[in-house]
Amino acid sequence: MAGHSTYNPQNPLLKWFEARLPIGGLIHSSFIVFPNPRNLNYWWTFGGILAFMLVAQIATGVVLVMHYTPHASLAFNSVEGIMRDVNYGWLLRYLHANGASMFFIAVYIHIFRGLYYGSYKNPREVLWVLGMIIFLLMMATGFMGYVLPWGQMSFWGATVITNLFSAIPLVGEKIVIWLWGGFSVDNATLNRFFSLHYLLPFMIAGVVILHIWALHIPGSNNPTGVSVKDKQDTLPFHPYFTVKDAFGLVCFLILYCWFVFYLPNYMGHADNYIEANPLVTPAHIVPEWYFLPFYAILRSIPSKLGGVICMFGAIAVLFAVPWLDTSKVRSANFRPLYRQFFWIFVAVAIGLGYLGSAPPEGGYVIASRILTVYYFFHFLVILPLLGLFEKPLPLPASITESVLGKGAAAVTAGAPSAPQTK
Amino acid sequence: MAQSAAVEPTRRDFLYIATGAVGAVGLAAVVWPFIDQMNPDASALALASTEVDIGSIQTGESVTVKWRGKPVVIRNRTAEEVSAAKDAPLSELKDPIARNGNLPADAPATDANRAATGKENWFVMVNVCTHLGCIPLGQQGEYSGWFCPCHGSVYDTAGRIRKGPAPENMAIPVYSFLSDTKIKIG
Ligand code: HEM
Ligand code: FES
Repeated sequence: MAGHSTYNPQNPLLKWFEARLPIGGLIHSSFIVFPNPRNLNYWWTFGGILAFMLVAQIATGVVLVMHYTPHASLAFNSVEGIMRDVNYGWLLRYLHANGASMFFIAVYIHIFRGLYYGSYKNPREVLWVLGMIIFLLMMATGFMGYVLPWGQMSFWGATVITNLFSAIPLVGEKIVIWLWGGFSVDNATLNRFFSLHYLLPFMIAGVVILHIWALHIPGSNNPTGVSVKDKQDTLPFHPYFTVKDAFGLVCFLILYCWFVFYLPNYMGHADNYIEANPLVTPAHIVPEWYFLPFYAILRSIPSKLGGVICMFGAIAVLFAVPWLDTSKVRSANFRPLYRQFFWIFVAVAIGLGYLGSAPPEGGYVIASRILTVYYFFHFLVILPLLGLFEKPLPLPASITESVLGKGAAAVTAGAPSAPQTK
Repeated sequence: MAQSAAVEPTRRDFLYIATGAVGAVGLAAVVWPFIDQMNPDASALALASTEVDIGSIQTGESVTVKWRGKPVVIRNRTAEEVSAAKDAPLSELKDPIARNGNLPADAPATDANRAATGKENWFVMVNVCTHLGCIPLGQQGEYSGWFCPCHGSVYDTAGRIRKGPAPENMAIPVYSFLSDTKIKIG
């Protein structure tokens, strides 16, 4: 993925193998010698964290399936069996359930990182779109996984979300019955969700490979947004970024473990420990926290079709960001106005998340309407106009200059002992 | 020679297009079973009907039965509920259609078209919100009809949508009175 390789195995067996399948060279050039900008900060460690979380979800998921039963009359009890009877079942389930939340915490940070530093801009548009596809697949996977324990929130979350499709004119009703495999969410629905919940993470893994491939064509963006100009702007991936990523990951895992061991149900909902009952809707239905901003947008529109269009539109608009932002400058560090709008947008997104969990009445509805309008205003009006009117700050001449200052950059440029040559 | 070949379709062009067309039809024929398997199967379609004894339902009481996996509410409405529903002008309704499986599809949403024929106190309805499918709570909300806790849809005492995001009145299933105290749903 990173151009020609300098990988030269000495071991005869490896040599033999490399001549037939040059995978060692691929790994070597992608993750050992790959040149990364030398100024990457900790916001860049979330890519590695996300890769780790995908593997963790697949590993815990595969072992959960050894004890889980995908049937409407057995699923709830099989999950209780995992919690009470299976050796370390509680740990595996809490790792998986909280792992999903941690996965989304990481992906949201990763996306906001991209929005702040303009990582979606030329030449990284395809990379961004692939990331958005991963985000969509993650949402589908998380949603269907939440249905599997077949608690009250599982059942009613599934009912509400699948019913979104009934808003489609003419064929909506037919589509919903097709999704359900019946006239309501029932065993047929649970079975197909289980099948897809198992499948989608592997599709995510496939898109992740494309995502990294697309990343390794231009290489990583960096906090200045200035492109790499020559070799002294970069450091080899190993050991500089393997170690930095590992450190970021360990810090992240501490937070993950804190949830798993001390607050395992904090990000879930108590009603999901009540078995699904098709005749009683819980008083207050909320989706998993990571869907709340979009749920708030859905509820803020007083029309069914309109609400559904806005909710999907809120995701669709993210795909279009590379073409909505007209500024040539990537990093918000050098865009004094965009930087402020960025933080307003972060506050709006968090505010929408809060409103998505609030009851749909009174002032909450009005507030969600205002924030929904602002959400779209940010992407459809502010982003295109800002690039035309904003006066960016002067950019550093190079990444090295931004790190070492003007004079130092000139000195190291000629110095024979640049770190990467050691 | 090269030019005439570009203008005049050859036998090879014909075979190429014909093969492609057959392949496309074959592909569609194979894809369809993979899509259609997700539709309700024969057991789900075996439209079960339910018989309910309503003799013990007093005025102001309801029972809920499960039909096709959905709750159907059978309510013996009070006189106030009936008159409130009758007095509501049709022009005030968000959805002017009765949505009654026993009547023509364009019947207006009068209370008479929503309640049991000739038995205005009896009211049978699929108790599923037409917004996103939650189960509204009975005898609640501004019209003392039904209120959906999910996104705040308000229905009146004839199950007609009055406020909130739901687009339609709640559905009236196909049903019939077998006797004065027994009804058959479905
Ligand atoms: C992208 C990766 C994945 C995500 C985001 C994810 C998410 C989830 C979520 C949110 C739940 C509900 C947890 C709960 O409240 O109990 C769940 C349950 C489950 N998942 Fe996954 N999952 C992923 C991958 C997998 C994989 C690859 C498998 C199987 C190979 C799997 C198997 C299961 C099973 C059996 C359950 C039901 C048991 C339980 O509820 O704990 N998952 N998943
Ligand atoms: S499902 Fe009833 S208001 Fe949304």
